[in-house]
Amino acid sequence: MTSQYAKVSDERVDVELDCSEVLCPLPVYRASLALGQMSPGQVLKLITTDPGALEDIPALARQTGNVLLGVEREETRQLFWIEKAVRS
Amino acid sequence: MTDTLTQPAIEDRQEERRRRIALVASKGTLDQAYPPLILATTAASLGWEAGVYFTFYGLDIIHNDRLESLKVASLANPAGPIQLPNLLGALPGATAAATKIMKKWMRDARMPTVPEFIEMAQGLEVRFFACSTTMGVMGVEEGDLIKGCEIAGAAAFLDFAADADVQLFV
Repeated sequence: MTSQYAKVSDERVDVELDCSEVLCPLPVYRASLALGQMSPGQVLKLITTDPGALEDIPALARQTGNVLLGVEREETRQLFWIEKAVRS
Repeated sequence: MTDTLTQPAIEDRQEERRRRIALVASKGTLDQAYPPLILATTAASLGWEAGVYFTFYGLDIIHNDRLESLKVASLANPAGPIQLPNLLGALPGATAAATKIMKKWMRDARMPTVPEFIEMAQGLEVRFFACSTTMGVMGVEEGDLIKGCEIAGAAAFLDFAADADVQLFV
């Protein structure tokens, strides 16, 4: 599922949020709060360890209209890059 | 006639309408307090409107004196934290033990407590409806409930739920 996304450079990241070691719904809850504080066009990098996040974070992007730029799956964690939409 | 000029087309309004979830929380045990609070908090995080109708034992979840002391049943709960035959599950202390274990599971998993979830949900403007019939039956006054609850009967909740995209009973 990672192949559909281009690699996102860390230079594009405006806010980094580490949600390691917490379970649903906290990654979605915290990511949503973070995106709410950000300006359109800014990029959130989110780190999770709950495997459910692989489905939850794309769902968050779909439901809020924010753009999932990238997903990387490592052995024990998942990385997501989400661009705050103009209107979300 | 001016209304037709200022109001957006019906299609536009439907597109702008936020999704909505309507939940019923009818159970007053610690384990059953989590699902409606988790779903409501998640829905609000997705930008949805969310409302929870607390009815029957579920009213304990928003009762000032009870929300901190919700318990996990040790009797007739074969999937509970302690696996006991019902005869032993009825012993004094069994419910307290099951509750203690559940709280430890939650703490170890870094899950918020029920009061913390309530705070998170209310911070996201999740609407809490308190069932007026339950209040009358169980002698619960408005002042017994946490701040920000709306006292409502079934019709008022259904009026909210009728426009919901998701309705769930817990």
